[in-house]
This record gives sequence, C-alpha cells and structure tokens, in this order.
Amino acid sequence: MFAYTVRRLLQAVPVLFGISIIVFLVISLIPGDPATAILGAFATPENVARVNRELGLDEPLPVQYLQWLAGVLQGDFGRSYALDRPVADELAERLFPTFLLAFAALILCTIFGLLAGTVAAVRQYGWPDRILSLLVLVGISTPSFWLGMMMILLFSLSLGLFPTGDMTSLFGGGGVLDVLWHLTLPALTLAMVATGVVARLTRANMLEVLRQDYVRTARAKGVPEHLVIRRHAFRNALVALVPIIGIQAGFVLGGAVYVEEVFQWPGMGRMLVNAIGQRDIVLVQGGVLVIATAYVLINLLTDLVQSALDPRVRGR
Amino acid sequence: MTAAGEQGVGADGRSSSSTATPDGARRRSSVWARLTANPMTVIGLVLLTVLLLLAVAAPILPLADPNATDLANRLIPPFSQGAILGTDHLGRDLLSRLIWGTRVSLAVGLAATVLAALIGSSIGLVAAYYGRIVDAVLMRSIDTLMAFPYLLLALAIVAALGPGLLNAMMAIAIVNIPFFARAVRGQALTIKNLDYIAAARLSGFSDARIILGEMLPNVLPVVIVTMSTTLSWMILETAGLSFLGLGAQPPTADLGSMLGDGRNLIHRAPWVALLPGIVILLFAIGINLVGDGVRDVMDPRLKTGVLARPAPATARRLPPATADRPAMGRQDVLSVRNLSTYFEVGGGVSKAVRGVSFDVGRGEALGVVGESGSGKSVTALSLLGLVASPPGVLVEGEIWFNHRDRGPLDLARASVRDLQDIRGGRIAYIFQDPLTALNPVLRCGSQVAETLVIHQQMGWAEAEREALRLFDLVKLPTPRVKAHAFPHELSGGQRQRVMIAMALANKPDLIVADEPTTALDVTTQRRVLELLNELREDYDAALLFISHDFGVIADLCDRVQVMYAGEIVEAGRSDELFRNPSHPYTRRLLACVPSLERGAEIEAIPGLPPAVDDLGPGCPFADRCDEVEAACRLAPVNMRWLTRSHGARCLHAGGSIAADEVRDA
Repeated sequence: MFAYTVRRLLQAVPVLFGISIIVFLVISLIPGDPATAILGAFATPENVARVNRELGLDEPLPVQYLQWLAGVLQGDFGRSYALDRPVADELAERLFPTFLLAFAALILCTIFGLLAGTVAAVRQYGWPDRILSLLVLVGISTPSFWLGMMMILLFSLSLGLFPTGDMTSLFGGGGVLDVLWHLTLPALTLAMVATGVVARLTRANMLEVLRQDYVRTARAKGVPEHLVIRRHAFRNALVALVPIIGIQAGFVLGGAVYVEEVFQWPGMGRMLVNAIGQRDIVLVQGGVLVIATAYVLINLLTDLVQSALDPRVRGR
Repeated sequence: MTAAGEQGVGADGRSSSSTATPDGARRRSSVWARLTANPMTVIGLVLLTVLLLLAVAAPILPLADPNATDLANRLIPPFSQGAILGTDHLGRDLLSRLIWGTRVSLAVGLAATVLAALIGSSIGLVAAYYGRIVDAVLMRSIDTLMAFPYLLLALAIVAALGPGLLNAMMAIAIVNIPFFARAVRGQALTIKNLDYIAAARLSGFSDARIILGEMLPNVLPVVIVTMSTTLSWMILETAGLSFLGLGAQPPTADLGSMLGDGRNLIHRAPWVALLPGIVILLFAIGINLVGDGVRDVMDPRLKTGVLARPAPATARRLPPATADRPAMGRQDVLSVRNLSTYFEVGGGVSKAVRGVSFDVGRGEALGVVGESGSGKSVTALSLLGLVASPPGVLVEGEIWFNHRDRGPLDLARASVRDLQDIRGGRIAYIFQDPLTALNPVLRCGSQVAETLVIHQQMGWAEAEREALRLFDLVKLPTPRVKAHAFPHELSGGQRQRVMIAMALANKPDLIVADEPTTALDVTTQRRVLELLNELREDYDAALLFISHDFGVIADLCDRVQVMYAGEIVEAGRSDELFRNPSHPYTRRLLACVPSLERGAEIEAIPGLPPAVDDLGPGCPFADRCDEVEAACRLAPVNMRWLTRSHGARCLHAGGSIAADEVRDA
C-alpha cells in the first residue's frame, strides 16, 4: 500500500508537468501578438514593450516556460492587467467558494448516484428501476446553465425559498447557515448531471458484478440476499465506480463555470469567464492551472481509495 | 461459469441456425424490429427525427427571418398572434430562431463527436495493443488532457483562440478525446489477453489485422456507448460555451447563445430562456434514448438474458407436488425425482435438464459424467436454486433433501429463506474455477469465516480462528498468511483448498463438486482430489462429483451416472458400469479415456451433442450412434434395468427387470 502510494505520487509529477506545459502553451495559441491581445487594440507601444518584457515574450519559448514555471512554483502567477493586481491574490480569494461548491456537488452526486444505481440494479425492470431510469435520463440530458435559471425562476422568484445568487447575504449574513442557504440551489444544479452519470454507471456495474461467479459462490454459501448485494456485489462494483466519481470531480469543477455564472457565485468560474471576456490571458492561465492541479490531486486520492478497496490494483 | 457455458450450447445452437439465413436484408430488418420494439427507443427516434427534419428543412419552412428585428413587437409572450412562440428583446420571432439555432447546435455537436471518436478510439486501440512504452506515452498524454476538468481546457483553448463557433467546436472535440481513448483502451485490454487474441498472435496475423479484425469489433459497442453519451454532452457543452458568449457570435445564433440572451430577461420574459433550454433538453433526451436502444440491440448478451440480474433463487414454474412427503431413512440424503430445468432465451426454450431422477445415500460418492452441455452442472445447480434466472426455470420435479433436524424437505418448493439455510450449511458447493469463484476483494480467511458466521451464529473473531483451523485441515501451508491473503495471491491449488475449507466449514451432509480440478494443472489435480475425498469421508459427507473424466470418477465414486442431452442415459455401481457399459454413448466415452492396454489410440465421438432446444421424439444420441435403427428415432427410450442398480436408456440394452421393481428396492 505504501509502495503503491509513493509510486502513484511519483506518477502524478509528470502529469502536473504536462498540465503546466499545456497551460503555458495556451499563450502561444493566441493568434497575432500576445501583448496586443492582452492590452487591447489601443495599447501604447510603451505598454506593449513593458508587457513583452514582463512576460519575457522576447525570449525563446523554453526559456519563457522555465521562467514562468519558476515563478509559479514560488507562487508568482504573474499580474492581471485587467484587474491591476497579482493573479495569485485574485486566485486566493476565488479558490474557496469554488471548492466549497464543487465539494458539495460531489458529495450529493456520490450519495444519490450510488444509491439510485444500486436500487435500480437490484430492482431491475421493476418500478423503482423504471422511475429512476427516467430521472437519470432527464438528469444527464439537462443543461446545467438552463437548469440553474429554472431553479432561480421556480425556487427564488416564484416561491421565494432561496436567494437568486451570491454566496452570502449583504446584511447580517456570512454565517455557516447563510452560506448553506445560498449554496443549496447552485450545488443541486451542479450535482444533477453527475448524479445521473454515477447512477447509470452504478446500475451497469452492479448488474455486471451480480452475474459474476463469486456472487453465485456467496449465494451457495447461504449468504442472505441483502448481504450478497452489499458485501459481495457492491464492494466489487465500487472498485470500478470510485475512479468514475473522481472523473465526476472534473465535470463538477468545469460545470461550476456555468453555475457560478448563473448564480453569481464569487468563485473561479466567474472569474475565468470575465477574464476571457477581457482577454486577461494571464489570469486564465493561473485559474486553469490551479483547478487542474486540484483535479489531479482528487484523482490521485480516488486511485488510492480504489487500491484500498481492490487488492489486485496495488500489485499492478 | 459452467451454467453459462452449458446454456451457451443451446443459445449457440439457435443463433447459428438463424445467422445462417442468407437473406441479409431480413436480418437488418430484424435489428430494426428489435430497436423499435422498445417504446422508449421509439420515443427517442421520433424526437430526434422531428428535430432533425426541422433543422434540415429550416430554409424551406415558411418561417420569419430569424434575424429581422422589430422593436415595436418586443417580448411578445408565446401563443400570440403572428408569433406562436413569442419574440425576444429585439422583437425577433422565437420559433424561427429556435429552428435555425437547432440547426447550428446540431451541426457543431455532430462534427465534434465524430472528430473526438475517430481520434480517441485510434489512440485507445493502439495503446492497448502495443502496451509498454507506446501505451505509457499515449496514455500519459491522454491523462494530461484528462487531468484538466472537463470544459476548463476548452475554456483555456477558447480564451487563446478567441471566441467563435469553430473554435468552440474544436475545443469541445479535444476535451472529449480522452473519454473514447480510455473506454476503448479499457475494453481492448480485457479482450487482449483472451485466448483467441493470443491464438491470432501466435498464428502470425499482422498487428493491423488483429487490431482491426479482432479487437475493433469487440470495442465497437464501447465506442457507440461512448458516442451516445458524449454526443449529448457535446451538444450541451457547445451550447454552454455559446451561453457564456464564447461560441456562436451575433448574428449567428445557436441554442446556447439564445439562452444567454434570455438570461437577463428571466424576470420579465422567462419564455425567452425557457424555450431554447427545452429544445436542448429534448435533443439530449432523444439522443440518450436512441443511444440506449442501439446499445441494447448491439449487445448480444442482452438477447440471452445473461445481462439480467440473476434472482436470489432460480425461478420456478412447477406443477403441484405429485407425491406425498416420502419416507427417508437415516441413510438417505437426497432423492431427486423427475427434475427438469429449462433455459428460456428470447422466444426459445433450451431443455437443459429433462426428467432426471437419482438418489444419494449418506457418505456415498455419486459421479456424474458427460460432455459439456450435457446438463450435469445445471442438474447440480438446480438442487439449491443456483441456476441463474433469468434465463433458468425449474419446470418439473421434486428434490427431497433429508434435513437432519426437519426431515424430508422438497428443495424445489422450499422458500428462499430455507434454501439459504441449507446452502453452505447442509449442502456445500465447490466450483470449477476457484479464481472466479472467490470474491477478489475479500481476504480468503474472512470468506471462509463468513459461512461460519451465517450458519453457526459465530462471532467474526471466533469464525476467523475456526477458518485458520480449517486452513490447517486442508493442508494450506502457513494458514495465518493464507487467511490474510487475497485470492489472486494464492496458487490455483491453494485457492481450491480454500474452497474445500469453505465447503467443509459447516460439516455438510452433501458436497457438490462441479469439476473441481478442471482449472488446475495435472500435478495439482490428484492431490486436491485426494484431499477432498479424504476429508469428506472423515466428515461422513456424501459427494456429488461432476466431471468429464471417467478416470477420476472410477477412482472416487461408488456409483456413476452418465448424462447426455439433459438426460441420464446410464446409471449404475461403478464396478458394474465400467465392466459392462450398456449405452453406446458410455462405451464411446470410455473409449475416449487413454488406457495402457489399448495403447495410445483414442477415439473421438463423431458429431456434436444435439441442441437441447431442438430434440426429436426419439433417442437424442441416435444421430451419433453406430448401432442406430429405425425404432430409436420413433419414441422416447425408457431406462432398461440390467440389474437392480444398473440401467441404460437404450433399446439394445438387454434389461429384464421392471422399473417399479427397481424403485421399490
């Protein structure tokens, strides 16, 4: 287990390098002159020269990368020209709201997805299966940016149960309950698609596992059916499902962009959309790099959980 | 494993005759018929067809100009004169804009899907097939793409390239490549190590031929399943980028940018946002429904019902019990009367077991021999309702088990609760392949302990200690280490010893061993068999031993019965049967056993066993028998008894003893 953990940690290093290279290269995708793109069409020549110097854009690409990487490793993500402040400061403010939202959605999709998928598999072709399958179908087919608007329309504007946006109330808010109250609609919206995907794959995996020889062995031992499902089938299905939940973290972190935009949630997603609108590429780079790094760490974690569940993985 | 295999014979028998129809068009239409037999798929097809037709026909439909602004008629609600679905903030006709927007969204989504599928599948196949460094490099690159949260990389790409529909499409395709690559590689890896791929490699097929000819067809369902999920995502995500203002730019509008327009109007004119969302939703639902339908039809396992969840016990459709509870003496353990188990696959019925009767006495070893598909495993699994169901159904017979506390109990009619009580407690199974029969994620010790906890109300700690004692009993070296090990960490012989320990744990009255050594190598086989027989004699447990190996049966069993096409064709004491085999099939089988006296000459039986869903009225062996005569094919052949214990189902067997006289004995 320890050896596997170390091996897996070491494997993550090149992935992180790969990410940093891709994020860095994004700047070279910019058609035309990056400095002009960053500063806008009406930039003065002095300013263009200053940006070129600050970003090291007159150096060769590998040198630029190493300079950039050295900065990033020291927590220097460059400077946002649109906001006129260091990118690192902006990221530090935006990080927590996004992770709170994504974490809440991930918990929701794991609990409801595994539960719904297992029930559907156990009651295959029965009514619970049919109803859940229909819900799952609608869930995975719903665009979250639209669902968010409909949530606001229904629960905020019509029923007045939840706020239309933001993370805290302007006056007297900011407590845990206030944040949870603001969190409810965005988290549910964000969890919708992922819950459908997890439920569907849980059902498929459970059905697959229930046909395995060891399930027959468990029955031949006289294991009561609920334990056959829980101890023998579900545990084996979970082995394949844990990485799928890890992948959902990616959907959730990406989907957060829409949900934050719709619910005015003060996180990374809204920051990115604004930054793209203002062609604030340096800020986009910083944001994407941080979220992608977090995602790599989440997947590392799910791999470790999987290896804890399945002894065969550790040997690989 | 064996049950599925034996059932496969019946299923294969039919499918080979149906695929043999030369009429290809009819087969296509049957795929179509199966697709449209599912009402959900039909709903999806109708949805998609309507949306597709509207999108394609947009230029020729009598629609208002989607971009004509009319500020005097802004934000007219739906169902108004002149604008059925209302107008937006610039007074543009929403119905027209929806249809034109659908056209744009659909084209972009399809293009992105095809691009992603082509690139992704190629990467997955190549990585799986070549393995090692190729796999490492490709999959690390894929990992790197995958390491970006979905959409975020697309955002970064669009941020650099600049907003626009084409840029958005490329960005979405790129972020979907990993899904195809990973899914295809995963599936390709599971089949790569299968025998037939190895065989293809050994026979010198080129890499391209193996990848395209052997592996691609097997991963195709995965590609299609991935497409069916990702196509709807890709339509959703391109719409999402447009919603954020990064995709379609005015005056071009897709469903996403229309939603974006509607967002600021949600208070005043909610329909402007509601309508495009509903169209996207309908699109995605349609794609997902059709995708599910296609996947179901394409997956051959669904037809055979193998994908269905097996019920806790085999389904039953039994007539009321014919006889009263029989008197069973202390020496009687099991008395099976006229047992029939069928597999109902699609519209057909495979009669896997037909009217089988036999008895097992206390401490006795009864061997069951026959080819694959003869029904011997299904007979054994039927005893405790372990035949996978669907497709298995118990249709006839009584299975009387002499329970030490409760007396004779008909297992064919017992409750699931009673069956669970007897399973592993009074009757224990040992299966063919211990690697697949043991749970891969549980330690060997606790798998044995579990059966003690269930049947003896032991605590876990005590049960684990008892498991150690059992491991010692079955001569597993270092029991403590083995108990802590997972099945894959043991050798094949050790795994089967774990199964034996599990079977003996509750001192059962009967052990059913279904080809327990077939999966082991020859040197291990004998030792495992000796151990099994020794221990079950110590425990005074009866043995129902299933094998295709007459040699092993002769060593181990007091009595033998030979099964063919779901029937017992010959039964007798081992000495009688081997001295005087009276059914031509038995003689043929015995001729297959290598023997020193006959030299190395081994005769194979010509022909194949009959498909058990397509039996004539007469003797099922007639087509392969060299003593066949006209009478054999006319009517069922009954058992003819040569002695009180030895009988054969053959017209040539010179039996003289009446059947009821044997029964009474």
